[in-house]
Amino acid sequence: MEFIVSGFQKGIALIFSGNAEVYAIARLSLLVSMFATVISVLIGVPLGALIAVKKFPSKKIVISLVNTGMGLPPVVVGLLVMLFLSRSGPLSFLEWLYTPMGMVLAQVIIATPVITGLSMSAMQSIDPKFYRQILTLGAGEWQALAVCLKEIKLSVLAAVIAGFGSVISEVGAVMIVGGNIRSQTRVLTTATVLQTQMGNYDMAIALGLILIGLTFIINLALTFIQQQKAQAYNAK
Amino acid sequence: MKNIRWMFPVISAALIFGCQAKNGPQNAVRLVTTTSVRDTGLLDVLSDAFQKDGKYTLKAVAVGSGQAMQLGKTGEADILWVHSPDDEKQFVEEGYGTDRTTFMYNDFVILGPAQDPAKVKGVKKAADAFKKIAAAKAPFISRGDKSGTHKKELRIWDAAKVKPAADKYIEAGQGMAATLTLADEKNAYALVDRSTYLSMKSKIGLVIVSEGDDALLNRYSLILVNPAKFPKVNAAGARAFFDFVLSKPAKEMVEKFGQDKYGKQLFFYDYAAK
Repeated sequence: MEFIVSGFQKGIALIFSGNAEVYAIARLSLLVSMFATVISVLIGVPLGALIAVKKFPSKKIVISLVNTGMGLPPVVVGLLVMLFLSRSGPLSFLEWLYTPMGMVLAQVIIATPVITGLSMSAMQSIDPKFYRQILTLGAGEWQALAVCLKEIKLSVLAAVIAGFGSVISEVGAVMIVGGNIRSQTRVLTTATVLQTQMGNYDMAIALGLILIGLTFIINLALTFIQQQKAQAYNAK
Repeated sequence: MKNIRWMFPVISAALIFGCQAKNGPQNAVRLVTTTSVRDTGLLDVLSDAFQKDGKYTLKAVAVGSGQAMQLGKTGEADILWVHSPDDEKQFVEEGYGTDRTTFMYNDFVILGPAQDPAKVKGVKKAADAFKKIAAAKAPFISRGDKSGTHKKELRIWDAAKVKPAADKYIEAGQGMAATLTLADEKNAYALVDRSTYLSMKSKIGLVIVSEGDDALLNRYSLILVNPAKFPKVNAAGARAFFDFVLSKPAKEMVEKFGQDKYGKQLFFYDYAAK
């Protein structure tokens, strides 16, 4: 027990000592995951909304695919991305293997189905008559979607939170695609694994605490926005 | 408020692309090396020194020698720094690599629990030590990942003409430090390179039970991946790193490495560096 307690003490001391390497790792984690989440939102929210409102022949299959995508094992995504980005793969010209952009790509593939699925189900909770009513008022398709999205923005924010959570804590895919290269592709999760395997438990705990802390702060901010909007909505 | 939301991805994109510009693809050299080189910290020292003048970015990925040579065979790596002599010779013979240069060595040690249930202490030959471990049915942790260490271990089992009981032989499938940590937790015997052992000595309870046999010598080599076979290889960058490691400044760094921290020289350089 003492061993764990001293690990925590050393870990917290490492955080406050302003250790440059620790902060560089944290910064990269945030950059990669935030960038990936933003891209996933830009793709997933309109896509999910579109799937929900439009009628088309294979709709049920597409919805199943999206739902399956939500449960996609991240490490398998990482393996496939690595194979595609490798020198013998079709996307080798991008030269993204062992770089942060490759990690962003993997994270986008992981987060987009999550955000799409949640946006889709949020959209399906709107009365379909509402969407058609807006169309009859003369709105274009995209305009109508935008109005509907405004109605469910609380749920959309929940999708964003879920998408971000699914990638900031991911370790397998970024390890395979990024290679855990010091000061280039080492992020909080992969660094924690390395330090743990090397028996540097104080460092591992420091990184783990930062990861939890960052995730908490970002979710706090997003939840704050979400609940503020909820209050404003309820006050109407 | 709306504007701020859009600024965010733009700033992140700029930052990430900014970092990418620094690691320009044409300047990136892909080194694939062993976990023992990384786990001891030697890789970091040489990597920093090589990248100091900013001419090249070193993408150093640490995996077992087996996987390293596999990456070499598909042209994913530009240069290998490995320690599996038989596999290396075959690699070069089959035309995948050139300029194989053995330049550095250390040795392996057999680690075991302090109480030494198999009574290995004092045994001079590694094969005999392994015989005793198998006879005593003591747990043994193997790298199990076709790495240089793993191949060395298998050769010793071959020489001993014996294998431990299946339930006593655990294949970790991980790097050197991870395997050592696992062996320590399980209070088992293991074959570990001396440098990794020294770098982790303060954190583990296992002790050296056998050392010094010639069979435990561990030689590291550099191999250039054959650009004739794989046109995408960064041949110039690989050659630059190759020349750097075989230079006098690098030789000094290798020989000095670990002296202040562990009081002992961890790696020995036996190439006539210019």
